[in-house]
Amino acid sequence: MTTSNSLVYLIALPLLGATILLLAGRRADKWGHILGTLMSASSFGVGLYQLSQMLGRSNEARPVTQKLFEWISVGTFNVDAGLLLDQLSICFVLLITGVGTLIHIYSISYMSHDHDRRRFFAYLNLFIAAMLLLVLGNSYLNLYVGWEGVGLASYLLIGFWNQKPAYATASKKAFVMNRIGDMGLSFAIMIAFATIGTVSFEGIKEHAHHTSTGALTAIGIMLLVAATGKSAQFPLQAWLGDAMAGPTPVSALIHAATMVIAGVYLITRSNFIFDAAPTAQLLVVIVGAITLLFGALIGTAKDDIKKALAASTMSQIGYMILGAGLGPVGYAFAIMHLLTHGFFKAGMFLGAGSVMHGMNDEVNMRKYGALRKFMPITFVTFGLGYLAILGVPPFAGFYSKDMIIETAFNSGGTKGIILGVVTLLGAGITAFYMTRVMILTFTGKSRWDAEAHPHESPILMWLPMAILAVGSVSSGFLLSRGDALVNWLAPLFEQHGEHEELLAPIVVSGLALAMVAIGVVVAFLKYSRQEVAAVAPENVSVFTKIARQDLMQDSFNEAVFMRPGQLLTSALVKTDEHVIDGAVRGVAQLALGSGSVLRGVQSGFVRSYAALILIGAALLIAAIWVVI
Amino acid sequence: MEFTTPVLNYTLLSPILILLGAALITVLVEAFVSKALRPITQLSITLGGLVLALVQVWRIRNEQSMTAAMGSVIIDGPAVLMQASILIISIISVFLIADTEHFTALAASLPGSDEERQAVQSGNQVTEVYPLTLFAVSGMLLFPISSDLITLFVALEMLSLPLYLMAGLSRRRRLASQESALKYFLLGAFSSAFFLFGAAFLYGYSASVTFAGIRDAVVGSGGNDVFLLIGISFLSVGLLFKVGAVPFHAWSPDVYQGSPTPVTAFMAAATKVAAFGAMLRIYYTSFANAQWSWTPMLTVIAIVTMVFGSLVAIAQRDVKRMLAYSSIAHAGFLLTGVIALNKAGLEASIFYLFAYGIATVGGFAIVTLVRDAAGEVTDLNRWKGLGKRSPWVATAFAGFLLSFAGIPLTSGFIGKFSIFSAAYESGAKSVVIAGVLSSAIAAFFYIRVIVLMFFTDPVEDGTSVEIPSALTSLSVIFAMVVTIALGVFPAPVLNLISDLATFIR
Repeated sequence: MTTSNSLVYLIALPLLGATILLLAGRRADKWGHILGTLMSASSFGVGLYQLSQMLGRSNEARPVTQKLFEWISVGTFNVDAGLLLDQLSICFVLLITGVGTLIHIYSISYMSHDHDRRRFFAYLNLFIAAMLLLVLGNSYLNLYVGWEGVGLASYLLIGFWNQKPAYATASKKAFVMNRIGDMGLSFAIMIAFATIGTVSFEGIKEHAHHTSTGALTAIGIMLLVAATGKSAQFPLQAWLGDAMAGPTPVSALIHAATMVIAGVYLITRSNFIFDAAPTAQLLVVIVGAITLLFGALIGTAKDDIKKALAASTMSQIGYMILGAGLGPVGYAFAIMHLLTHGFFKAGMFLGAGSVMHGMNDEVNMRKYGALRKFMPITFVTFGLGYLAILGVPPFAGFYSKDMIIETAFNSGGTKGIILGVVTLLGAGITAFYMTRVMILTFTGKSRWDAEAHPHESPILMWLPMAILAVGSVSSGFLLSRGDALVNWLAPLFEQHGEHEELLAPIVVSGLALAMVAIGVVVAFLKYSRQEVAAVAPENVSVFTKIARQDLMQDSFNEAVFMRPGQLLTSALVKTDEHVIDGAVRGVAQLALGSGSVLRGVQSGFVRSYAALILIGAALLIAAIWVVI
Repeated sequence: MEFTTPVLNYTLLSPILILLGAALITVLVEAFVSKALRPITQLSITLGGLVLALVQVWRIRNEQSMTAAMGSVIIDGPAVLMQASILIISIISVFLIADTEHFTALAASLPGSDEERQAVQSGNQVTEVYPLTLFAVSGMLLFPISSDLITLFVALEMLSLPLYLMAGLSRRRRLASQESALKYFLLGAFSSAFFLFGAAFLYGYSASVTFAGIRDAVVGSGGNDVFLLIGISFLSVGLLFKVGAVPFHAWSPDVYQGSPTPVTAFMAAATKVAAFGAMLRIYYTSFANAQWSWTPMLTVIAIVTMVFGSLVAIAQRDVKRMLAYSSIAHAGFLLTGVIALNKAGLEASIFYLFAYGIATVGGFAIVTLVRDAAGEVTDLNRWKGLGKRSPWVATAFAGFLLSFAGIPLTSGFIGKFSIFSAAYESGAKSVVIAGVLSSAIAAFFYIRVIVLMFFTDPVEDGTSVEIPSALTSLSVIFAMVVTIALGVFPAPVLNLISDLATFIR
């Protein structure tokens, strides 16, 4: 395997940026945002350089490693802090640093009125560094550090405006729900170490063949738990909507393009575990299928533009997880959808930010309308993202989503048919709610508040949107031309034999487009023909009510986890206060008491000190007589 | 009568010679350089000498396995490591000593006399602390490399006498400072007498004053065992006094409290390295084969020291006294390494000494910063809420306390873990159990201070945190970085120690 000394710069540059910005404090207010953007951009530069190097090598020689230092060395447990850049991680590196840099640029303008902009950029840089560590670590333990790092950065950024209690609560919720997932990851690492004896990707891959299926299934399920936490998948999805409290660039970067796809990365990276543990793999598929419908349904009822997009993110990641759960055939398509999604969803979030920027931070779509004329650039870039997510040819989503639907259908038997239908249904609902977002926001009559003066955003904001829109248009075509991405990633995954085709690709595309058309038409009939109320109507069907309540996910969490949890904790607190604290205080009192008594020896008189030495020496001599 | 010309290997002795040379120069500087230039000149020469000595130690590290000065000193791996630790600790202590605010303007004047007042008003600050420091450091460098009892005694006095004087140099509360200096001196002289007495018995036992000779006698078990036992016991009294083990510890709280804080830092950290260095050498080489005779004694002393230090520290209300008792408890933990009597124990002790010494200087550096109009505030009750007023200073102090308590990711954890596991391997289970239990007690009072600083509301009584001078900040930052680095990536240092740490017998 090739080694390189320059991988560390990918992480070191943004980390350096974060350090400087946090340590320099207010002194860096004037230039902090520029430094942060430069650091992210140079990391992107290093990524491009690595890609060019990688392209020049043969398939086998493409992965690059760098050992940083010997991290832990206890008995037989040796972990080096090391980095691994292969065909899979380079995709993520470029996505993270590329989209990351665009969002840095966007934020310069978006956050220009915030007097804490420097701190914001410091956190963004910190996030980039942690996310890169996550995808570059060469073992689960190194990945774990990055995993926790992005959790921290996400917490700091969601709660960036923590002067508002609701926002602080939202960041806490995200943090707590992520902890559950993180527990899964740490359990997976522990099981891997206990059964396989190593935690490096390479080591586990080597030993996976002669490890018991039970152990691999356990590791796989724990990894899936981790993935559901970080990627907002069922049943740990509830935090993503609340996470929208963070500034919009954060939603675009962390909660659409990068961090939330860490779960997909984890599962694809662990392909050698899931391929050998069919039960765990099936669970992955089920989680993906449930979430993609779940997210899509929530999306239909949200009036908050960011929450609608968040629900859509959840649903799209469901597609990716489902793809990754389909085994060797699906990994590459999951990654492809992940990359195209990174473009169009980040673009749409930035578009939403641009709309909010022009509308006094209003997020309720019922108070938008007719913005097409006032924000033409935003309309066009958002619209291109919209076409991409719908999967209209030749936009990006067409290539990536259709591949997943097709793979789902072809996965065989009843399972294949169920999955195929679910993915098709998802595509239809997606078309419905995204059309709803478009109509409510950009067309129809204006339903603005009196003080709203919509205007197009400055160039620093629309330029990144435009670049992402180019990606939304072209990335699918470029990645799938001649199976470019599939062949690029192929050496990493177990090769698979021929699989029979249930439906020809053309039929799948036709069905998908038909579903999309139905969704669009229904949305048109419902929202374009009728007047949209500026206040959400109350006399709606019970389904809408449930969907507005995020399909009861919070109530569910409260009933199933929170209340019993609270009971448990209050019982534990009582035990702690009366039993444990009692014992601790007792010991402390005892120690304090004996301490005070012993302190009496310290009289301050030299003569008594000397006497003490003399007594000590005498005791030593006396002891000799005992020894002899 | 015939005399042989003494052969001195100057290269190997150069660190000590450099420091003695620098010390003599600083004495001259004290006499001849104008008062305006004196502080900076003294500081430069002192730091220059220490750094040069450190460079020299680094250069001779591979020339180990040699005896110099006719076999009265021995330069081996542990010697190099001890000397390097002492020098590094001394350098960051000198950063603190450089703040003349802590030292009396004229030590020779009576407290409260006109003479003192004049000295203060004229700004005629004397700087004899620098030559004293350099002399003490040279003694400390000699102490762990001595390989006969005479040199060991000379080194003991060489490092002690300047320390007695330095303890009396405090600018504020001069009477307490002078009292502590006198106490230290009297008790030190008393324990030196025991030391000499023990040396005489050992000579009586083995007919030799060299460590090798004593070892040969022990191995051949040729002499009178009672002489050997009395010799070991009394020699140990002198050494245990220096490291502050119970019941020979009584001086340390008073002296720690009375001395100027930079001197306390230097004394607490560097003396401990030197004294344990000498102790490890003599127990690991000369007395190794008489293990049966001294292990029970040291085990009891170690347990009593750990438990006593940890318990009494809880009852302290003064931060310097608390740190003094904490240092007593640490002496107990370090004795575990002597008892282990294996290579792992030696390596762990060296690591522990370095880690503890650095964190100690850092901790006392923070103590020098918390002041009110009358000088340092050492009353713990007035440290309440420090975390709210000066988060950085309080965080740094919390870091050092966590390292003392042996919390993971600090150097203290690695030190405690390795020293206890070494002792456990060698079969000293009782001392390990006592060690772990007293670590738990000790954690209580360290963490209590952290709670006091961060979770109690500040009291408004004029306590404030001085903006640290550049050198003090440097010292704190260096200590913090080392404490964290040794806790997170101890491997390079552990490997270095492991490569070098073998005593030549």
